[in-house]
Amino acid sequence: MTALAATAPVAKRRIGFDPSMPVLLLFAAVLCVLIVLPLAWLTVYAFTDKAGTFTLANFRRLMVDAAYFDPLLTTFMLATLSAIICCTVAAPMGWLVARTDMPMRRIVRVLVTASFVTPPFLGAIAWELLAAPNSGLLNQLYRDLSGQTGGAHILNIYSFPGLVFVISCYTFPYVFVLVANALDRMPGDLEDASNILGAGSWATARRITIPLALPALLAGALVAFLQAMTLFGSPAILAMPAGFHTMTTKIWSLFQFPPQPELAAAASLPLLILTVILLRAERMVLGHRGYAVVGAKNSEPRIVRLGGFKWLALALTMLVLMCPVFLPYFALLNATFSKLASHIVTVNNFTLRNINFVFLELSATELAIKNTVILGILAATIGTAVAVVVGHITARQAIAGHRALGFLATAPVAIPGIVLGVGLFFSYTRPPFVLYGTLWILLIAFVTLAMPAAYQQLQSAFRAVHPELEDASRILGATRLRALWQITAPLLRTSVIATWCFIFVSVIRELSAAIMLFTSQTKVMSVLIYDLNESGDLAAIAVLGLTMLVITFVIVAVANSLPAFGARRAA
Amino acid sequence: MNSSSFSRRGLLIGSSALVASSILSTRVLSAAPPASTVTPELIAAAKKEGKVVWYTSIDLKVSEEIAKAFETKYPGVKVQVERTGAERILQRIGQEYSSNIHAVDVVNSSDASHLVYWKDKGWLEPYVPEDVAKFYPPEHKDPDGTYASFRVFLCIIAYNTSLVKKEEAPKSFADLLLPHWKGKIVKAHPGYSGTILTATYQVSRDLGWGYYEKLAQQDVLQVQSAAVPPKKLALGERAVQADGVEYLILKEKESGQPVEPVYATEGTPLIIGPNGLFKAAPNPNAARLFQSYCFTPECQQVNIDIGGLRSAHPQAKDKPGRVPLGKIKLMKDDAAAVLKNGEAIKAHYVKLFHV
Repeated sequence: MTALAATAPVAKRRIGFDPSMPVLLLFAAVLCVLIVLPLAWLTVYAFTDKAGTFTLANFRRLMVDAAYFDPLLTTFMLATLSAIICCTVAAPMGWLVARTDMPMRRIVRVLVTASFVTPPFLGAIAWELLAAPNSGLLNQLYRDLSGQTGGAHILNIYSFPGLVFVISCYTFPYVFVLVANALDRMPGDLEDASNILGAGSWATARRITIPLALPALLAGALVAFLQAMTLFGSPAILAMPAGFHTMTTKIWSLFQFPPQPELAAAASLPLLILTVILLRAERMVLGHRGYAVVGAKNSEPRIVRLGGFKWLALALTMLVLMCPVFLPYFALLNATFSKLASHIVTVNNFTLRNINFVFLELSATELAIKNTVILGILAATIGTAVAVVVGHITARQAIAGHRALGFLATAPVAIPGIVLGVGLFFSYTRPPFVLYGTLWILLIAFVTLAMPAAYQQLQSAFRAVHPELEDASRILGATRLRALWQITAPLLRTSVIATWCFIFVSVIRELSAAIMLFTSQTKVMSVLIYDLNESGDLAAIAVLGLTMLVITFVIVAVANSLPAFGARRAA
Repeated sequence: MNSSSFSRRGLLIGSSALVASSILSTRVLSAAPPASTVTPELIAAAKKEGKVVWYTSIDLKVSEEIAKAFETKYPGVKVQVERTGAERILQRIGQEYSSNIHAVDVVNSSDASHLVYWKDKGWLEPYVPEDVAKFYPPEHKDPDGTYASFRVFLCIIAYNTSLVKKEEAPKSFADLLLPHWKGKIVKAHPGYSGTILTATYQVSRDLGWGYYEKLAQQDVLQVQSAAVPPKKLALGERAVQADGVEYLILKEKESGQPVEPVYATEGTPLIIGPNGLFKAAPNPNAARLFQSYCFTPECQQVNIDIGGLRSAHPQAKDKPGRVPLGKIKLMKDDAAAVLKNGEAIKAHYVKLFHV
């Protein structure tokens, strides 16, 4: 007995029940159900006919009938052109902002964020106000300046080029952000070495900087392609009046009259497959480093001095930013306060009647705003929580099968919004989970759609935090979850807030899935705006659209400036 | 056998009279329920429910005006207006009911065939407001009392007077096919709008599908709602509308916008927009109150004065300055045929116009 008592008590590791494992497994299971269920139903519908027997007739119909094949071709051309335009515009801008001494760089970044936050369908409507062939404000200006009359116009937004233009306006932020971030993080050593060896700044840029940024550019091009391919709002607003369909509007129309869900499912699969192929290609191009985050140990990037050219660069940048930001916002403000949207606001023309109509008379407004804000906050919170846990699992390889989990978390990026809407509609309008008609089905759609980006953001943030700190905590007896909550999460605070804001913004601007899943009691603002566009109430759209933007900016600004949430401090 | 009041003959006559009258009275029983008046109990019950959900395809501003008139008369009962195209309303109600969601109380549709369809499915509640029983002619109400014509209007050609001179304005459907109107026409879609579906049925029946085949070559601006062409005309986006609701043209003209209606020489499509009440309505008393209000001369006058619509109520007065319905050559409406041919019409249209 004394021999046992002589040894000093050693703190034994608790062999009690570690709740981390089941919780992690629960998250993994939820993620599986979220993503696999709609895809499974989609496949079932695509490969069966109305009687339920297996058939390939749906696909045959797609290939053979021009009414279905043409939209596929149109979508492909649309996405390719948009990606090219985005890269051409965003890459130089990203370089100017990250690597030169162009003035007002900070403001340019903010404006690009503003154009990211603007929903593409709202931009499309604003561009209708600007560039409709007869009533568009820009065309009216052209007629005034050139003295022409009648139907003379230089811009026709109801056309394929018009659609490509509007889609590019609201997709280029993706490329810009990727390129600018890559250039921000690039260490200056390599360029220093190049300079020391005698290369001038232009040669350095050409042979060092650009090749290093190329993976980010390619990733951006692929993202832009995917975004352009899967948009629903802009084509619905601009292509249908012009008399052509894209794949997304065709899928949606297959639910309208008479409903042909099998064809809709079959039409969704090519989009899905194309997306998966492109993502594999991106993976091969970037390798497994992705766009590697380099730690702060390396040196500052070198700024290129533009000299006199900086004013020209600024002017061109502002010219580019007119398209997604200045002109559309002006058109929306004009439509809000003018008696007739095609007339510029003057003293005689000014009215507050539109604002009055939307907030005091339109009975759908209050419910729509309430639903949108509730869904935004819930989706952002739940999505961030899931992304944090899943990011932790994959970064720390905490459970077996973590790689599959990581794949599942990024899988939804391959699912176009409208396809997910279709899949969710099939999954949740039947027992055991009849969620159609509630906000839950919209919540599921929004969380699923936002998951990939949130997960990737948090995953790279996790990688930047060394596991030593967590390990130390666990050695001292904390469970995984406790270590995550008390050690890692506070370190990731800024990333977590950024992810929260990002999900919130994507929920507010989401239309393609919402348009399939809403009912009159669960309408959100994006759907209300779409409805108003079909009935031609442009002034009401302008008021609601500006309200949406105000809500977004306020919430993002608040989240970023509260000290508790990691506002910018020295360090 | 001889002095008792019930002789056998009398019994036979009496019983056959009884049987005969019961046969006649079952015919009466299968017709509409008796007229319902608005009682204070109904108003109190409606106020307790607090709201009525109205799915309607009437232009949004007009719908909200009607809602406001009702809310002013019965404070405490709010109207939630859910406005979208009639064909969409059909699809949405279908989707909701097949998932057991009962959100809609009262429906107004510009596609009269939908009310027939919902009645056949047994979803509509027979309810006859006092005004309908007393004043409405038989062609404007359902014999079983499930719906009645809330509004009557036309689907017309129209033009923007500052872009088109009166002498050059189109006067008929055939005029729209002339080459100089190419690229200048705006038109709405039968897949969204009940007005346009009904009009397309009537025009294709009377003029043939050849008219639409040629119209499809005219580079029309294809919009969804029949309420949009009048707005595009007012904006100055297009010079002529090939179809669109008359009531917005009349409203715009009377508020000083440069638009002018045209009543085609071949005839103008007539659109009936009935109102019906659902059996599974979530707010049944508020729904009945609203339905009763809709057919009063008061509400019908709001339709006419503020809405630009026309009415089937004989006591409602036409607004001066508008061409009375009796003076316009109309095409005949036929809800049963629209119900039968609706899908085929939409498919044919999509084939011609590509969207």
